Amino acid sequence: MSAVIDHVLWGPGLLGGAELWAMFVHFMLLSLLAIGGAITTTPEMQRWVVGERGWLTDAQFTTSVALAQSAPGPNLLFVAVIGWNVAGLAGVATTMVGSLLPSTTLALLAARFSRQRQDQWLLRAFKGGMAPLTIGMLLATGWVLTEPLRAHAVATAALVLMAVAVMRFTRWSPLWPIAVGAAAGALGMLG
Amino acid sequence: MNDRQEDLADEALRRPASAGELFRVFNRLALQGFGGVLPIAQRELVDRQRWLSPAQFVETLSLGQVLPGPNIVNMALIIGDRFFGLRGAAAALAGLLAAPLLIVLLLAALYGRLAGIPAVAGALRGMGAVSAGLIIGIAVKLLPTLKSNPLGRPLAAALVALSTLLIGWWRVPLVWVVLGLGSATTALAAWRLRR
Repeated sequence: MSAVIDHVLWGPGLLGGAELWAMFVHFMLLSLLAIGGAITTTPEMQRWVVGERGWLTDAQFTTSVALAQSAPGPNLLFVAVIGWNVAGLAGVATTMVGSLLPSTTLALLAARFSRQRQDQWLLRAFKGGMAPLTIGMLLATGWVLTEPLRAHAVATAALVLMAVAVMRFTRWSPLWPIAVGAAAGALGMLG
Repeated sequence: MNDRQEDLADEALRRPASAGELFRVFNRLALQGFGGVLPIAQRELVDRQRWLSPAQFVETLSLGQVLPGPNIVNMALIIGDRFFGLRGAAAALAGLLAAPLLIVLLLAALYGRLAGIPAVAGALRGMGAVSAGLIIGIAVKLLPTLKSNPLGRPLAAALVALSTLLIGWWRVPLVWVVLGLGSATTALAAWRLRR
């Protein structure tokens, strides 16, 4: 029983306080870089958690993102699943608080500042300058998420194209293409 | 629904009665949002609750997009703060995150037990491919907004390609892309806008 509780609290037990602190600091930094949504930091998170630290495998990482996307709520929650898989509830607290604290503080300050005076010129320059980068980050995110699926290139490409088409040409809920993907995967189309 | 939207346009906006109402509405909105909360947010906040006019919704979203952090989280904070200050911001944020966090953690915990079943692992892989497609789809939908970009369309398109390669292919850390390339493009946009 205590092994189960330990697992829930601390996960697989790989990480000590120093590692959790490093993760907290890294997610705080990512929070400030997450212009265009938390999901745009996925490539960087993958590079750090999988590549640099080796705390999760590629497949575990993509599964974490898919799991969060399959559940209701903001996309941001994939951060909680990554935290959970790395270090249990301690990991969830680390990644969630790290991800929310800086951007939340900044959002509140900016909201109050912009209500007081609208600095149109700089705001527009920032928006215009960052827009192409934000779109590039989204494209890179899509590319990185297909990484562990490339052994099944045809089925993966078909699912990706289907999802792109639904987003681009319809107003259907994303729930439908996600259900199609789940069915295709359950039938073994992706190995 | 269109008729109703038009009818509502002329009616006065209302405001949430309490921080508790903020919590409840954001909670309901989050629980309906599979694969993206933003479309649901528009329906709830503008059409149903009438806390924001469509124009205010766009303004809040723009601000939420410019700021780092998830757009919908930023919007919840800005709206909550506007009505009830810090208390409102906290209530909206908690409403948005609490229940979905519990659900997703239960799923993650169960997944450890279920991962051995090939159909479950396969379904998750299929959903992963679709998630990738949905995110690429959002990018495709946003591409037309570059038409009015102060950098000009050709340069903006080249920057999309460059940042995709830098981040996705060469794996340059995001911080360098945002601080390096981002500050250069912002400075260029500022210079173009000033002229």
